[in-house]
Amino acid sequence: MAARLVAIIAAVTVAGLVIGPVTAVILRAEAFTGFTAADWQALRFTLLQATLSAALSVVFAIPVARALARRRFVGRGALVALLGAPFILPVIVAVLGLLAVFGQSGLLNRVLEPLGLPELQIYGLHGVLLAHVFFNLPLATRLILQGWLAIPAEQFRLAATLGMGRRAIWSAIEAPMLKRIVPGAFAVIFVICLSSFAVALTLGGGPRATTLELAIYQSMRFDFDLARAAVLGLLQLALALTAGLIALRVTSLPVAAKAFDRAVPRWDRTNASARIVDAVWITIAALFLLTPLAMVAVNGLTGITQLGPSVWQAAGHSITVALGSTALCVLWALPLATRWGEWLGLAGIALSPLVLGIGLFLIVRPFANPFELALYVTATVNAFVSLPFVLRILRPETEAIRADYTRLRQAVGLSGWAWLRWVLLPRLKRPLGFAAGLTAALSMGDLGVIALFADPDRATLPLKVYQLMGAYRMEQAAGGALLLLLLSLGLFWLFDRGGWVGTAT
Amino acid sequence: MALRLEDIHVRAGTFDLHASLSIEPGARIAVIGASGSGKSTLLDVIAGFRMPERGRLYWAERDITRLAPADRPVSILFQDINLFPHLTIGQNLGLALNPVTGRLRNDDASTIENVLAKVGLAGFAPRRLSEMSGGQQSRAALARVLVQARPVLLLDEPFAALGPALKDEMLDLVTEVARAENLTVLLVSHDPKDALRFAPQTIVVDDGQVFAPQDTRTLLDNPPPGLKAYLGGA
Repeated sequence: MAARLVAIIAAVTVAGLVIGPVTAVILRAEAFTGFTAADWQALRFTLLQATLSAALSVVFAIPVARALARRRFVGRGALVALLGAPFILPVIVAVLGLLAVFGQSGLLNRVLEPLGLPELQIYGLHGVLLAHVFFNLPLATRLILQGWLAIPAEQFRLAATLGMGRRAIWSAIEAPMLKRIVPGAFAVIFVICLSSFAVALTLGGGPRATTLELAIYQSMRFDFDLARAAVLGLLQLALALTAGLIALRVTSLPVAAKAFDRAVPRWDRTNASARIVDAVWITIAALFLLTPLAMVAVNGLTGITQLGPSVWQAAGHSITVALGSTALCVLWALPLATRWGEWLGLAGIALSPLVLGIGLFLIVRPFANPFELALYVTATVNAFVSLPFVLRILRPETEAIRADYTRLRQAVGLSGWAWLRWVLLPRLKRPLGFAAGLTAALSMGDLGVIALFADPDRATLPLKVYQLMGAYRMEQAAGGALLLLLLSLGLFWLFDRGGWVGTAT
Repeated sequence: MALRLEDIHVRAGTFDLHASLSIEPGARIAVIGASGSGKSTLLDVIAGFRMPERGRLYWAERDITRLAPADRPVSILFQDINLFPHLTIGQNLGLALNPVTGRLRNDDASTIENVLAKVGLAGFAPRRLSEMSGGQQSRAALARVLVQARPVLLLDEPFAALGPALKDEMLDLVTEVARAENLTVLLVSHDPKDALRFAPQTIVVDDGQVFAPQDTRTLLDNPPPGLKAYLGGA
């Protein structure tokens, strides 16, 4: 009975967090007079960049995934593991890394300049695309690699028996697999890029490179036009819902790593030209992903020793927010780790953090100064956004534990508390540690709703780094970014590792 | 103090199972029948994992038909998963003693040691299942139901995975503790040798009907047609 009550409370608060802010936004949007040309421009740009980002990520992911699927080499495992890293990599860190490589005074320009080639410009559409491909190429590669590794070995054996050539293998085995996997990968990345905010904030901007999310932020921060922010929020919501429902039909969320180190025996990989092509793709992908991160580490090393007290204070805020949001997310997820709970949690994907933020702002405003509550709102929104991923990780294991031990639980007569304390939590430790690590790292690196409520006294570390960037204090920004990277990865590592300590089966 | 099934009807897969019988306290009874005949369903009804469509279940003239499994005077050993594998044997028995908090009280440790000694596992409290042999795991499971101290013990083929010698050893151990604690025991088995070894009386489940306990030896020497077909002329 008590367990049921807890589940209902969790469901009601999550549903309330959807319905309340959305209602507030709808009510507020009534005062709206009409879309401006800039709004249409933002909608167009949002769709354009999401389409291009998804297309580029998938197109480049295909040769990389194929190379990873059919080659064994030293460091393959590390590279595949690295493909999972962007999920918890703070956007602002990646942006600083990309700037260090592709920016005005970045590595690439320093190489191009003596050659007399034109200088690269990173700001605008191509900068946004670059960052989106940086984040989503790994995701697309993992999805497609999964597809490749799922092809039964017998099919390649049969192909070898029949003496099928590369072309025949492609059209009979590989192309049909890609036809199944690629639309899903495209859809997921499209949805992710639709609500792109931090990338557009840092690398986009201006009337030609403003996403809807960024437009919401601007109408809030610069014009304080709440009605317009609300209408843009509704537009964003409708867009994300439509795209999200379509994506849901064609794909599933990939979160936890499946078995990627399975060797698929193939007989068609001895060809020298194919080997060279694979090596080139793997090298390009590794350089593209690793160089920016290496630059963050290198550039940050001097800066991290010179961080001012306000940066440390922001780091403290971020850690508190990350831990609070992890606790809240786990409290929600444990009772909601069921089929219908997972459906409810999907709202966390459809509802963009900025829309949620605006809604909460409108609700809170009559009672309190929303800017004072910035950190609480951020922690809540972060927990909400992580919920679908956490549920996706916890649900299968939770259901397996229930299926295996419910009869024994009843035979012994365990109370709800004893079940939770002695059976569910201990047995759930590993996935729970992993899920908590993801939530903490995501929250640590989040630069979204906090920007709406920005206030010098209540900045989080990602926001602080963004502000330092804006003030052209690049050395300090680089130091802050390195600190942020270390904290994000550190939190993830601590939680994930906590799940493995003293676990026995 | 008898266990009485009064006109019980329950759905077992595609057919109805009917039982109307009484079991004397302290009896050791085998339940035999073909697979899918409803042996486990019968045990589930007595243990409270399944509600009968009709009929009543009494223990000592008290109606226990609607009680939750943990509130019945019944403990049960399943075919598998009789203990939580991530906990030590001591923690498992602690949970069985205090299912509300799971924490040990003052004299619980000595209670647990006593029970473990009874099943031949003295000193095994700090071990986990993974550190024990199949026979020891069965003994630990038996310790769990002894800690629960319920007058009725149901065994749903818990020793099926053991080799013949170990199984006989376990059946003898159950006989011994059942005598000592005056337990009423129902043992589901598909092996007539188990019935002969363990149970003076046997219940036959056949064609949706649960027959009243009969003398095991007489029954097996002269089986009714349904049982004869199942035993294959044994």
